[in-house]
Amino acid sequence: MTEATFTSRLVPLPVENVDTDQIIPARFLKTVDKAGLGDNLFADWRYDAGGNPKPGFVLNEPVYRGAQILLAGNNFGCGSSREHAPWALAGYGFKAVISTHFADIFRNNALKNGLLPIVVDEATHRQLFSLVDEDPATAVTVDLAAQTLTLPDGRAVEFPIDPFAKHCLLVGVDQLGYILSLESEIAAYEAKTPARIDTTAVSISIISISS
Amino acid sequence: MPEPETLFEKIWNAHQIDSDDAAGGAPPLLYIDLHLIHEVTSPQAFTELRSRGLKVRRPAHTLATMDHSTPTTPRDASGRIPIVDPMAAAQLEQLEQNCKDFGIPLYSLDSAHQGIVHVIGPELGATQPGMTIVCGDSHTSTHGAFGALAFGIGTSEVADVLATQCLIQRKPATFDVRFEGRLAPGVTAKDMILALIGKIGVGGGTGCVFEYTGEAIRTLDMEGRMTVCNMSIEAGARAGMVAPDDTTFEYIAGRPFAPAGADWDAALERWRALPTDAGAVYDRSVTLDVSELEPVVTYGTNPGMSVGIGARVPMPAGVPDLSERRALEKALAYMGLEPGQPVKGQPVDVVFIGSCTNGRLADLRMAAQVMKGRKVAAGVRMLVVPGSRAIKRQAEAEGLDRVFKAAGAEWREAGCSMCIAMNGDQLEPGQYAVSTSNRNFEGRQGPGGRTFLASPLTAAASAIAGRVADPREVMS
Ligand code: SF4
Repeated sequence: MTEATFTSRLVPLPVENVDTDQIIPARFLKTVDKAGLGDNLFADWRYDAGGNPKPGFVLNEPVYRGAQILLAGNNFGCGSSREHAPWALAGYGFKAVISTHFADIFRNNALKNGLLPIVVDEATHRQLFSLVDEDPATAVTVDLAAQTLTLPDGRAVEFPIDPFAKHCLLVGVDQLGYILSLESEIAAYEAKTPARIDTTAVSISIISISS
Repeated sequence: MPEPETLFEKIWNAHQIDSDDAAGGAPPLLYIDLHLIHEVTSPQAFTELRSRGLKVRRPAHTLATMDHSTPTTPRDASGRIPIVDPMAAAQLEQLEQNCKDFGIPLYSLDSAHQGIVHVIGPELGATQPGMTIVCGDSHTSTHGAFGALAFGIGTSEVADVLATQCLIQRKPATFDVRFEGRLAPGVTAKDMILALIGKIGVGGGTGCVFEYTGEAIRTLDMEGRMTVCNMSIEAGARAGMVAPDDTTFEYIAGRPFAPAGADWDAALERWRALPTDAGAVYDRSVTLDVSELEPVVTYGTNPGMSVGIGARVPMPAGVPDLSERRALEKALAYMGLEPGQPVKGQPVDVVFIGSCTNGRLADLRMAAQVMKGRKVAAGVRMLVVPGSRAIKRQAEAEGLDRVFKAAGAEWREAGCSMCIAMNGDQLEPGQYAVSTSNRNFEGRQGPGGRTFLASPLTAAASAIAGRVADPREVMS
């Protein structure tokens, strides 16, 4: 379950079109579980070739340590469908990402992992960056039930979120459990629809002979 | 008269199980006909199934292959590919175990039909018009070339589909992408899709499913249509599709999973009813005339940052929007390119021909046509990586491998290879590559590597020149 409200400082990352290869480079995908990905979040921006933290990259600046909201540039999360991206962000400790726009698959993947993709308009986006610029201790409050982001001046900005995803996050509904509960509908569909393929039908000799 | 429908709507409506107003505002439940899996995005999904004591609901709608972290180095005397990276080896073993435990057919490295997931689906005839197809991989959009609704999903959704053969999905919007005119010689499907992404931007298709229409699409072969559909995701679209026609049916006929006999006739009748009805309305549309199109090459760090081969790298100073200007400056700094410099003539270190975008037989033929009787420039490394073992065999039967080897290129085993650089094939920091793959993101082809995306013709011409080159000049 996701916390219904939380207040946090922001980590500013004013980069446009951050793709999932930047969030977690492909070489870290050779894992069979979800653990430890947060250590390699933004690995190529965060560490040098020797694995040492690069000074100047925002996650390496002590002033932003412990902040739970990533304030990113326009169009966040494009590229690969790897769920390792939200696993890495959540694993690092982020609870939300703010941008003007999120790629579809990333947004879906994030919501399934309790990471809130918060879309704000361009003016609010700019205002947030300048607030953090002036004072890195700037904090905002996220209220998932009300779908608001409250700025330090008290202004509450509404953000959109898929109603079912919100319901699942607030109530702790398990989405796979929900689909499993529709078993009779699925079975009825299968009964009236001829299968469109049988992947086991081609003889194994074609599958496994070596050339 | 029933309401006219688009290709997308026909497939969606035939697969939506529940009504539009499901309990609790849940998104519609969509039945999935074919679920493709590979070693990288599936392990955690099987873990989820095991932890809940669930089975795979329809192993016969599921098909697995090994492609992303598999080496493309030569096979040893016993026909095996040595896997030196212990993490990759563990991941591949895990896939084998999962497929065994859950009864899923696996095209492993030992299979004669192993290859990139989006190459072997069509090649085996498993990809068919009217299907819903998903895979834990964003380039699943490739299969849309057959008039299927095919899209990438995350690992949680892979678990959903394994366990239930269904997904909950909001219905995307429809987007008519019309390519008018005919391509000039030396210009290809890859140039068309790069031009589209350049025009509408990497977020231009968000929330939409593209349907590619128009003369330039109808005259493409299936390989070209797959190249176009493949990169739909690079414009942010959920999927891309092309209405099936005789070109589609000819491609499918006789393949291992294609219907046969009376089933084939019945399938044809269903498939011929799929194209968008006259009068159907799309939510959005865009038109591109390809008659004047030049070969396109990217200069930046996303697939939307591209120019015609004869053009110059844009000047950040000329970009009015501040954040766009910053993005361009950052990209040029990463790429080590000067604002306003010509793209053509930029020296390159590596040329990569392969991937699910351009690693098919037609792509290898195009590249070979340029390479024949010529040599890769001194100091340039060229890798040619067939998309599947079947393609590799066919290319060898046609002698394409000899053309590449005689030119000084490396002829490799099938896999994703330098498209994602997970398997040891990668750029060194700072190196420049012309690549037929689909992503030029920072570090995509190896940390610090710099990628120019281009067609197989442009890539081959660049290998010979040792610089980014215009294929029309080499071919004439
Ligand atoms: S070739 Fe590249 S884009 Fe295609 S499936 Fe492999 S890694 Fe993904």
